[in-house]
Amino acid sequence: MSVHGFRRTATGRIVLRVDVVEKGLLTTLLEQLVEFVAPDVAEDEDPLVQLVGLDPDAERPEDPALARLFPDAYLDDVEAASEFRRFTERSLRDAKVAHARTALDTLRRSGDKVTLTRDEAGAWLGALNDVRLALGTRLGVSEEAMEEFASLPDDDPRAATFHVYDWLTYLQETLVGAVMP
Amino acid sequence: MTTAPTELERPEVDEDVATDVPWITIVWNDPVNLMSYVTYVFMTYFKYPRDKAEKLMMQVHQDGRSVVSSGSREEMERDVSAMHSYGLWATLAKDDS
Repeated sequence: MSVHGFRRTATGRIVLRVDVVEKGLLTTLLEQLVEFVAPDVAEDEDPLVQLVGLDPDAERPEDPALARLFPDAYLDDVEAASEFRRFTERSLRDAKVAHARTALDTLRRSGDKVTLTRDEAGAWLGALNDVRLALGTRLGVSEEAMEEFASLPDDDPRAATFHVYDWLTYLQETLVGAVMP
Repeated sequence: MTTAPTELERPEVDEDVATDVPWITIVWNDPVNLMSYVTYVFMTYFKYPRDKAEKLMMQVHQDGRSVVSSGSREEMERDVSAMHSYGLWATLAKDDS
């Protein structure tokens, strides 16, 4: 991976330089994110359910990465947590899908130089963070174990995933820096 | 949200009302979210000045949690939902303090 991160130009635009490999990898990751967080819509679903964003079947996801992206809103109140989820999870899923799709659109329209508006940069921040949350949960990263992950031998199955995670972390850090007032 | 949603902004809340109502939003520490990103979220969504946003972020980082807003239950549900859309781990609770 190259050392190019996001930067803000003198005219205030936010720019990322990507090579073909990086662009392909970002596209794949964002497409996987869309697939991962998109709501399951039953074919016979009441259109009104979709319209008002209510999901009567929403339950705490068993997959730890999904559970991290869609956490319980109440710690000690299972009832309240389920009700909150029924009323909010659908629109939260839609919001995350919209972030990822916006980021994908900016990649599709760009060559090796991706230029973002502020709104698009916000969508990128959310989507990059969601991919990092999913990968980080899968890897089991922790503040204590970062050095261990960074020194994994290349033949460790987690090494490739961690390299991607680490690169996304760098991209996100530079993007925060570029949008910060 | 539009196709480029993200920059959620918090509806104005009357501070006098907000101080004596009994619900709070808590943001919890996690190993993935960047310190700079958490600060950015507090500044963008709550419109907190940088020093307050950084102070709350450091509380999350060092103490494992921080109370980032207070208000009615409905308002706190909205704040928690917004934090989840940014990818922060947040819950709401009755203020027992």
